[in-house]
Amino acid sequence: MSVADSNNEGFTGTDAHAVNGKLPGADAHYDLVVVGAGPAGLAAALEAAANGASVLLVDEHPVSAAQMGNDVPYWFGGRMTGAVAAKARMIEQVFMAEPLFEQAFDAGIEVQLGVYAWGLWRNRANLGALPEAMLGLADEERSWTVGFKAIVLATGARDLALAFDGWAQPGVMGAQGLHALLTRYDAFAGRRLVVLGSGDLALDTAQLALDKGLEVAALVEVADAPQGDAAKAAALQAAGVPIRCASVIRGAPSGIDGVRAAVIGPVSGEGPGETLECDTICMAVGVVPAIELLDVAGGRIVTDSARGGHVPQALAGMALPDVFIAGDCAGLGHGREAAAAQGRAAARQALGLDAPALDHEAQAADRLAYRQAWLRALVAATPDTVHVCQCEEVSRADLLGVQPPQYLARPEKLGCRSLETLLHDGPPDQEQIKRLTRACMGACQARRCREQVGMLLAMGANLPIDQAPRAGWRAPVRPLALKVLADWDEAEAMREGWDVWFGIPTQWTPYRDIGTEREAMHREALGGNMHL
Amino acid sequence: MTKSANGASVIVIGAGVTGLSAAWWLARSGVDVIVLDKGVVGWEASSRNGGGASHYQSPLFDEEQRLWPMMDELLGYPTEYQRERVIIAVSERQLHHYHYIAGMCGDMGYQVDKIDAQQAREMVPLAGDNCLGGIHLRFGGHANPQRTVQAYAWATQDLGGRIIQHCPALRIETSAGRATGVVTPQGTLSCDALVVAAGPQISGLMAPLGVDVPLAAARAEMIVTEPAPLMRWGGVDGNGLYGRQTLRGNLAYGGGPHEWLDTDPAGPTARPSTPLARNLARRVAELLPGAAHLNVIRSWSGIIENTPDGRPIIDRLTHPENVTIATMSGVGFGLSPASGHAIRDLVIDGQVSFAEIDKLALSRFADLAPDWRSQRGWEALASAA
Repeated sequence: MSVADSNNEGFTGTDAHAVNGKLPGADAHYDLVVVGAGPAGLAAALEAAANGASVLLVDEHPVSAAQMGNDVPYWFGGRMTGAVAAKARMIEQVFMAEPLFEQAFDAGIEVQLGVYAWGLWRNRANLGALPEAMLGLADEERSWTVGFKAIVLATGARDLALAFDGWAQPGVMGAQGLHALLTRYDAFAGRRLVVLGSGDLALDTAQLALDKGLEVAALVEVADAPQGDAAKAAALQAAGVPIRCASVIRGAPSGIDGVRAAVIGPVSGEGPGETLECDTICMAVGVVPAIELLDVAGGRIVTDSARGGHVPQALAGMALPDVFIAGDCAGLGHGREAAAAQGRAAARQALGLDAPALDHEAQAADRLAYRQAWLRALVAATPDTVHVCQCEEVSRADLLGVQPPQYLARPEKLGCRSLETLLHDGPPDQEQIKRLTRACMGACQARRCREQVGMLLAMGANLPIDQAPRAGWRAPVRPLALKVLADWDEAEAMREGWDVWFGIPTQWTPYRDIGTEREAMHREALGGNMHL
Repeated sequence: MTKSANGASVIVIGAGVTGLSAAWWLARSGVDVIVLDKGVVGWEASSRNGGGASHYQSPLFDEEQRLWPMMDELLGYPTEYQRERVIIAVSERQLHHYHYIAGMCGDMGYQVDKIDAQQAREMVPLAGDNCLGGIHLRFGGHANPQRTVQAYAWATQDLGGRIIQHCPALRIETSAGRATGVVTPQGTLSCDALVVAAGPQISGLMAPLGVDVPLAAARAEMIVTEPAPLMRWGGVDGNGLYGRQTLRGNLAYGGGPHEWLDTDPAGPTARPSTPLARNLARRVAELLPGAAHLNVIRSWSGIIENTPDGRPIIDRLTHPENVTIATMSGVGFGLSPASGHAIRDLVIDGQVSFAEIDKLALSRFADLAPDWRSQRGWEALASAA
């Protein structure tokens, strides 16, 4: 066969190595799948079940001690007790902590606790290989998929983390992590806290800590006055908790058990620091809508300061065909009752029933400005050698210098490169900079650093904070062990059609053998594969 | 060749690894060069690949091998290049296959050592009892794709080359049988010569010039784990996978079925990954059982163009005679030090100085049937809306 002839002969009209028909359908099917058993998710599941739908309600809590150690999904800061290691016991604990779970069981809802939702896929641009839309689930042992007529994402919000000197120590954590450990898990290991922030999140966090019999040494606020509800602030102050305004944390001295104090001082940077003894520093400056699953499914994400930063473009309701969102993941600031109403409405929409119109009144809160004020104060109070990315140990200086990680040599020319020089080529791109610096590339999947890295890049580029670049989420949106994620029950079609790279028979023929008898020999022997 | 704000001696369309290497080689020869890209440097398959640099089938391979060990020094920026590869088998069929490859490489003069199961486990500490042995390529290697792409870009700039990001080439202007400029949303840039290295978008750019460049794009996926202890040889694969351990320790692997796509002339609107991550995870866990407990922390996909025979097209055209087109057909990263050299030679000298690449000419597809994609089963799925 001549070279030219091989262009048009010997083809069957099918590509045995293409994905066509190889991806299996879901392992189980429901009318409605609800991810997240907070107020919105529970209300959605109960509403759907009341209307006769088959419903699966999954919630990842209790997460394993290993996930907690990675600060997944919240910033737990290593302040959990040993009780979290016993997952079966914890499932009971989490179940008992929420009375609606029993109601859900009675309504015939399949409730799965301690189950991670790690991927959401539907056919869309550049993806047509799925036999149906699917949600990826996993526990500590295995992963599987579920199909649905519709899905409600009620995934809540996660912690905003901002770096300061000592923030990587055990005992530095986020408000969501603290709330979970104090309530659902009943497994908090600290006794005396300093709370960063004075908005409602911080005030509620401090009050919860007091209610649980803990000590609160102080709230620390960079602004000149408390930011949250005046009555809540007054209640705390009446209980003897000072709110230290125009102040910022300068560092967190630590010992063998992690944090042993918070050093605070005026935002101006003047004056000596003051040491507040504590074993826990809880950052309660903000929370961030948990958009991971919608992002990987192709939902459009926008920046909206009032709703919490990077949020779904869609408001509560339908975000993609057959994908609905409700509660904090659709935008912050609505409270439990409103979240539940969103959940019920989403379930009704998802089932094609009449749904009440929701009140989508715009909020005034400028959450990004508040976060930025905190970040500015922390940057001023923190040496630029502090790691903004804990996993990959990337300092603020190296991030803004766009320098490679420490394990690489830094040739002279790299000293001439920085964010500033990169900006000559275009606006800052977090995906590009993270690959160069490795910031946001670590085992926590950038939960601790993605917001602050984006904000630092915007500030470094003199961009308005609402133009902070965003690093996209990738499945699995929870870290899962290879052996857990693995499909050990693989379909025959997948196994038979597997090829390392395209399986084009002529691709791997050594150049000198092209058009010779040896080419046919190689094709026969290799079957088109480079390495099976 | 004077430097003009409205153009350059040579314009390269596409800041992928091939276009950037070509620009770097041209700039090294003192040519005033501009690289245009619709987005950020190395944004598509050039930075979404396994980082392999062991493509012994290519006529450019000897030059690639010569250059890679020097690239950090030549570019002035780190590429994370590491030498050699180890390919291990977990089935008899795989082992037989790898041994055939060893023989094929040996015939070409490249040293490949067969290793038994015990040697394999010693060389690859994460391998398990299921390992049956494999081969040790005493050539080739791997590097960090994103870091390398950026190194080409920076090195090109250091030599006076210009890289214009977020500036798609909309159309090629011609006059009297020559390409004279490139139309972009920011205006028209003039040139004396043109390199079209725009991946899947090459076909759409060349069609109005009456040049049919048969390419089909497809999506392929990879997964990456949290770091594992560093192995002596990071370039370990097998079991249907390609990939490597990065210098950070992460295990990054891909393989398996691809999805053929229609090409958006403006570039991909999405690069979705799929539950195929589970099949990849299984194969990595089989290949490296010592890593089976490690968390997968990301997956991603890239969109890659292929020619009908899976071989590159590197060709300076006869009409227009000042246009050179280059697609590496899905195997571009590792060969990039040499492909850029070849393009430089074609643009400046009209022929490649270090290798014979006549069989990579576009003319080999002159008689290609119009329905070549359907003949091969390479058509996009209707459900990819």
